[in-house]
Amino acid sequence: MRKQLMKGNEAIVRSAILAGCRAFYGYPITPASEITEAAALYLPQVGGVFLQAESEVAAINMLYGASSAGVRCMTASSGPGISLMQEGISYMAGAELPCVIADITRGGPGLGNIASEQGDYHQVVKGGGNGNYRTLVLAPNSAQEMADLTAWAFDLADRYRNPVVVLADGFVGQMMEPVAFPRSAVAPRLPGWAVAGTQESRGNLITSLHMEANALEAHVRKLETKYREAERNETRSEAWCTEDAEIVLVGYGIVGRILKAVTAEARAEGLRVGVLRPITLYPFPTAQFERLARRARVFVVVEMSNGQLLEDVKLALNGARPVEFLNRMGGNVPSHDEVFAFVRELAARMGLETAAAEEQMAHV
Amino acid sequence: MNAERQDRGLLRVNEEECKGCGLCVEACPPKAIAMGERMNHYGYRTAMYKGSGCTACGICFLVCPEPGAITVLRTVKRMVAALQTETGVAACASN
Amino acid sequence: MSSESIAEYEVAYAKPKAFYERYERKEELQHATHYCPGCGHGTVHKMLARAIDDLGIKDRTILVGPVGCSVFTYYYFDVGNVQAAHGRASAVATAMKRSHPGSVVVSYQGDGDLSAIGSAEILHAANRGENITVIFVNNAVYSMTGGQAAPTTLIGQKTTTTPDGRNPLNEGYPLRVSELLATLEAPVYIERVGLGDNKQVAHADRAIRRAMENQVRGLGFSLIEVLSPCPTIWKMKPVDAQRWVREEMEKTFPLGVYRDRTKDATPRPMPKTAPALEALPGILGIDGDEDLAEDAVCATDAAIDLRVRVAGFGGQGVLLLGEVLAEAGLDAGLEVSWLPSYGPEMRSGTSNCHVRLAHEPIDSPLVTAPNVLIAMNEPSLRKFDANVQPGGWVIYNGEEFPPDCARQDVHVLARPFTQIADALGDARAANMVMLGALLEMTPGLPQASIDAALRRLVKNPKWVELDECALTRGRELAREVLQEVLQEV
Repeated sequence: MRKQLMKGNEAIVRSAILAGCRAFYGYPITPASEITEAAALYLPQVGGVFLQAESEVAAINMLYGASSAGVRCMTASSGPGISLMQEGISYMAGAELPCVIADITRGGPGLGNIASEQGDYHQVVKGGGNGNYRTLVLAPNSAQEMADLTAWAFDLADRYRNPVVVLADGFVGQMMEPVAFPRSAVAPRLPGWAVAGTQESRGNLITSLHMEANALEAHVRKLETKYREAERNETRSEAWCTEDAEIVLVGYGIVGRILKAVTAEARAEGLRVGVLRPITLYPFPTAQFERLARRARVFVVVEMSNGQLLEDVKLALNGARPVEFLNRMGGNVPSHDEVFAFVRELAARMGLETAAAEEQMAHV
Repeated sequence: MNAERQDRGLLRVNEEECKGCGLCVEACPPKAIAMGERMNHYGYRTAMYKGSGCTACGICFLVCPEPGAITVLRTVKRMVAALQTETGVAACASN
Repeated sequence: MSSESIAEYEVAYAKPKAFYERYERKEELQHATHYCPGCGHGTVHKMLARAIDDLGIKDRTILVGPVGCSVFTYYYFDVGNVQAAHGRASAVATAMKRSHPGSVVVSYQGDGDLSAIGSAEILHAANRGENITVIFVNNAVYSMTGGQAAPTTLIGQKTTTTPDGRNPLNEGYPLRVSELLATLEAPVYIERVGLGDNKQVAHADRAIRRAMENQVRGLGFSLIEVLSPCPTIWKMKPVDAQRWVREEMEKTFPLGVYRDRTKDATPRPMPKTAPALEALPGILGIDGDEDLAEDAVCATDAAIDLRVRVAGFGGQGVLLLGEVLAEAGLDAGLEVSWLPSYGPEMRSGTSNCHVRLAHEPIDSPLVTAPNVLIAMNEPSLRKFDANVQPGGWVIYNGEEFPPDCARQDVHVLARPFTQIADALGDARAANMVMLGALLEMTPGLPQASIDAALRRLVKNPKWVELDECALTRGRELAREVLQEVLQEV
């Protein structure tokens, strides 16, 4: 299939439909509205349901209904809307209902602004709703990954019977890049636990309520078992020039792309720089950090938020290596030049020789 | 045997289900239900059919908040001593 | 009764089959409900169960339970059960019905759930005319949480949160949901019934059955509001609570039919059958006729590493210019990215985009140091001029290049592109004249790719023709300047 130039937001919807998504309940918000608009265009044409809800609260509860009914379903929003959806996300995790939520982040807190930021990390990765649950979180950095990770998100959601969030910044949602899609579409399939208004499904029950203390504890332990399994099997990250890296730059989404560009230039100057880009933010690719920590001297977290990714990197490294931090917020992007300057300064401060300098030393 | 003296219906109270709210006593048009003296094992005094007067109108069944606490039977106007039929149950009209 | 009389009986009224025989999901006391003696919920449950039995829809029925005393509806009803968040039952029911239009979906909600926290969800479900049945149990109080005030609490009624009685100046007036929803166009049937006496009870039973039947017939939204006793919270004997429904609640909430379009309503159309899976790529517009392999040979040998920033006012075709360039690059087998100006500036009338074309996979799509800047007006030039890479190009839409923007280390093509485009037929083609200039300056993109991109993005043939002229004109203008540059060298 020929690659087509399209926005990440448009790629999400096409990929979702090919992955068997047949329901979209949403509420418009910049910068996620293209997703809702594309869903409005395509879902009715493929025998699916599109409905613009009265609020994000209603939208996520409609997903609760659609998912209870056994339909692969999704919604899309941005920070303030995701906040409103936290109620339903908690209920869906509790009731073990799969769904996919695209969060195309914007500036916050509050109304913030509509520029690209990564301040939703905490509310999405740590779970903003009540109770003992997690959401699986995937962080694409290109239009192609918007498509690929959305398809994967539907599989993960079904496998773990849990909401999965595709967390992308506004840039990844808005930018156009060539995207290729799978040639074949996934046929919708009704899971056995669904409540479908049929004789076979009559005995099924969807609820997050467990009145008795032991019953709720057992339920939460069951959820925990799933999360441990996801931690074992589903972590993903992209390592770039890390084999001999002394400085490992860490960033997700659009930041990961900037870090690659910086790495290319830093390498040209002989600095041993690499990039570790988490693709799954939960489960977090802890093992990769542990592996790279063996060689790396220092990690540099670059994010468009106030140290939210930083916390997870520190947890993953558990003190094994120092962690430096560079961030921009409010819609500012850590520029290539500013990251590069930071890396140069850090290398000098830590006395990290460039490869070229070392070679010279070796010759002397 | 006098067919005209035969009650049109009969009701049964499931004492295990009855919570003794008394709505059926209030509702029964011919006043054929009363609160019994006995307590069930939850400590509710339960309703009881007085033994006669039921017209099988079913209003006691409808007002009763428990799904199966009251069953109302309608007398089939045939004086046949069958024990069981496909659609109905035969019962002895005694308390 | 004489000893020799043996009568034959048939069951006239017995526990409906829509109830479980035994309530196995309950922890204990599995043969009785959890409701207090005299609670209206049990009565309403029974009516709903009878309707399900009568209509023969037990297998098809999905019951959406609320938060409140009736949170445990799934203990009792032998149907498909879904328990919803507080107030959201009608939103959940909406999606369940739309997912399975052949099912019969009941949203069972109390007055705190439906008329307070779920007021938006019920209003919009009703307004959309969702083909669901809503059973709204109104007992004027939050019961499960211990007797706090509800929107339906009567004036003067004491609750734990209105200790001196509801005062309209503080809590407003009792919310009349049935009347409110009856102002909407879509609902088919709305009736308020009561459990205040035998007559009311018998009528409520019929109303609930009708509301269910409407859905089976596909007619649309039905809601039955049931004034229902809560002896425990009201601190009354059940019989007195029943009387209070009749004598007090009814004054504020008059019984009656508020909407009945059952006779005129036509069944809502069933959704169209889904297309075959094979048809999906076509529908989604991703079944491209050209079947290029992933590693398609790049159509150009020229070393291309374009980092372009295009900027101007909204309406000048800034984004389209960038898109045509990116699309052409893709057609030529290059790696490309296009990123629109994004953020607050999008709303202030200016527009810009970042475009990259390269042989290697593109690391960052953000172009902070462009090697070509296309500035379609002066503010855009001033904003981005300083960041142009040394040796790069600035293509500026203006009679004269502002002297204070002049740099020694970049090439400049400044022309009144808008007027030039106007002369060609439409001032709006200025973007394509400028793109033509860019293409001439950075050779390597095959003309066929540019033509293909233009045809893919510009649907109107008249505009394609004009844009082609514009591109050609741009190339001519660029050639003139290139001559000068070469001579300088």
